[in-house]
Amino acid sequence: MSLNEIIILGIETTAHTFGVGIFSSLKGILANVNDAYVPLEGGIHPREAAEHHASVAHKVLSKALSIANVKMEDITAVAASFGPGLGPCLRVGCSVARALAAHYSKPLVPVNHCVAHIEIARYLLKVSDPLVVYVSGGNTIIAAYSDGRYRVFGETLDIALGNCLDVFAREIGLGLPGPPHLEEKAKKAKKFIELPYIVKGQDLSLSGLLTKALEIASSDTNYSLEDLCYSFIETAYGMLIEVTERALAHTRKNSVVLTGGVARSKVLQKKLEIMCKLHSVNFMTVPAEYAGDNGGMIAYTGYLCYSHGITIPVEKSYIRPRWRLDEVDIPWFKQD
Amino acid sequence: MKSIYHGLSKTEEVLSWGAEALIVKTTFLGHPAVKKVRIPKPYRCRELDEFLRRRRTLLEAKLLHYSIKSGVPAPAVYAIDLAKTTIVIEFLEGELLKKVLEKKKVNNLANILEEAGYFAGCLHEAGIVHGDLTTSNIMVCNAKPVLIDFGLGAFSRDYEDQSVDLHLFLRSLESTHFSIAEDVFKHFIRGYEKARGKNKTEKILSNVKDIRMRGRYVSERRIKRKRGQITT
Ligand SMILES: Nc1ncnc2c1ncn2[C@@H]1O[C@H](COP(=O)(O)OP(=O)(O)O)[C@@H](O)[C@H]1O
Ligand SMILES: [Mg+2]
Repeated sequence: MSLNEIIILGIETTAHTFGVGIFSSLKGILANVNDAYVPLEGGIHPREAAEHHASVAHKVLSKALSIANVKMEDITAVAASFGPGLGPCLRVGCSVARALAAHYSKPLVPVNHCVAHIEIARYLLKVSDPLVVYVSGGNTIIAAYSDGRYRVFGETLDIALGNCLDVFAREIGLGLPGPPHLEEKAKKAKKFIELPYIVKGQDLSLSGLLTKALEIASSDTNYSLEDLCYSFIETAYGMLIEVTERALAHTRKNSVVLTGGVARSKVLQKKLEIMCKLHSVNFMTVPAEYAGDNGGMIAYTGYLCYSHGITIPVEKSYIRPRWRLDEVDIPWFKQD
Repeated sequence: MKSIYHGLSKTEEVLSWGAEALIVKTTFLGHPAVKKVRIPKPYRCRELDEFLRRRRTLLEAKLLHYSIKSGVPAPAVYAIDLAKTTIVIEFLEGELLKKVLEKKKVNNLANILEEAGYFAGCLHEAGIVHGDLTTSNIMVCNAKPVLIDFGLGAFSRDYEDQSVDLHLFLRSLESTHFSIAEDVFKHFIRGYEKARGKNKTEKILSNVKDIRMRGRYVSERRIKRKRGQITT
C-alpha cells in the first residue's frame, strides 16, 4: 500500500442486497461482493431482509477483504448507504459500518444510495454529464446535474417500475424477476390491449396500469396472457421512455444512462436507444453487476465524499430512510 | 429527422421540437399562427402511439377552448386535423416564463407570477387540470401570463389531479429555478388562493406534500404492506 493511496470500504444495505465494495484511489474497484435476499414467496419483507443482511454480513465482508487482498487496517475510511431505503435494512448495514469505524478508528462516510447509482454510472461509462434513468424495485427517478446537485426531472407518482413489473409477473404466475418473464411471454402476442397510460407532466403513474392489468388477468378470458403481457410492458415502458424524452427535451443533456435493477431489460434498453437516436444523443447502460444495488458503488462514492471532507461522527450517524437525492451537495462534479 | 420537415412551405419556420410535438410558425387565413404536429414515436407500438397522439390532439384543442371560455388566457384554436394529429392555434407574441425568470428579479415579476397562479386557480375552479404545469408552458405576453400546451390535461375536479398540477409546477421550479423556487411559488400561491379561497388551497397544498413523499420513497411505504398483498 503506497502512502497516498486511499482505500474505501463501502457497505450497501438499503433494501434486498447486502453488499461490500472496496475502492482504491490508485487501482479502482478491488472488490464488489453482494448477497441479495430472495423472499420465498411474496414481495420483500423488510424485517426478513434485515435478518438476512445480519446473517451474511460477516461472510460478505471477509470475502470482499480477501478478494481485494487488504486488511481492515489498510482501509482509510468506512462508507455506508445511509438512505434512502428500508429502515430495518439500513440499520443493519449502518451498524456494521459504525462498529468497523469505531473498532478500527476509521472515519465514517455517509453515502446517499441514489447518488451512488449515478456516480458509479458516470465512473464506469466515462460519461461526464448524463441524464440518468434510475429504475429499480424501489425507485423510478430521472435525474441530471444542475447547479451543485442532482435534480429530479421526472419520477413515479406512486409505485416504482421494478415493483410494478414484479408484482404483475408474480400475480399471474410467472417467476421473478418479472421483466424477462413478461418479455418472453410478450414475444408471442398477437394484439395490443389498451391499458391505463398515465403521464403527468414529467412524471408517470403506474398503479392504475397494475390494477387494471391484474383485474383483466383474473376475470377477463377474452384476452390471452401473451397479449396482456405485451400490452403491459409496452404501456409501462412507453410511459417511462416518454417522461425520459420530456426530461431530455427540458435539460438538453447529450447522453442518457440507464441504471438500476430494471436496466437489465433488453427490451427497455432497445426502446431507450431508439428514443435517443431520434434526438441524436448517446445512450448507455450500466453493466449488470453495477446496475443493481451493490457495495462497489458505495465504496466509490464514499471515496468521492471522503476526498471532499465528508465524514460523520459515529455518535451522530443516524440512518436516513427518506434522504432525497436533491438534498445532497455534489462538490466533486466538474461540468465540461 | 428530415421527414418531419417535409410538407413545410418556404414561409413556415420550425420554432421548437420538444418532447412531443413539432411547433411550426405559419399563417392561417392571414393571421400569424402556430402549427403543432404530434409526430409518431417509434419506441411505442403503433396502436398505442396512434391512440395517444389522437387523444392528445383532440384533448388539447378542447381544453384550449374551454380554458378561454372560463376566462383563462390561452391561444385560440383555428383548426384541427386529427388524421395528421395537428392543431393550428393562435401565434403568441411573447416569451416563456422560464426565460423571463432567468432574466428578471422575482420581485419585479410578483404581479405576473401571482396572476399565473390566479389563472391556474381559475382553471381548477372551472373543472380543468393542465397536466403539465411548468414555467415552459406559461408564456408571458405584454406582461400577462398565457397558458399553453394542454395535451396532458383533463376535465377533472379531483383534488388529487389539482394537487398534481401544483406539485409539477413546484418541482419544475426546484429543478430549473432552484435558487428562487420558494419565492416564485409564494407569489404563485397567493394568486391561486384568490381564485380558490383559503380552505381549498390549504387542503391542496397539504396533499402536494403528500405526493412528494410518495414516488421517491415507495420503499418506505412498502414497510406497511403485508407480505404478498398488492397495494398500489
Ligand atoms: N401559440 C404559440 N405561440 C407562440 N409560441 C408558441 C405557441 N405555442 C407553443 N409555442 C412555443 O413552442 C414551444 C413548445 O410548445 P408546446 O405547446 O409547449 O409543446 P411541447 O409539447 O413540445 O412542450 C413553447 O415552449 C413555445 O416556445
Ligand atoms: Mg411545452
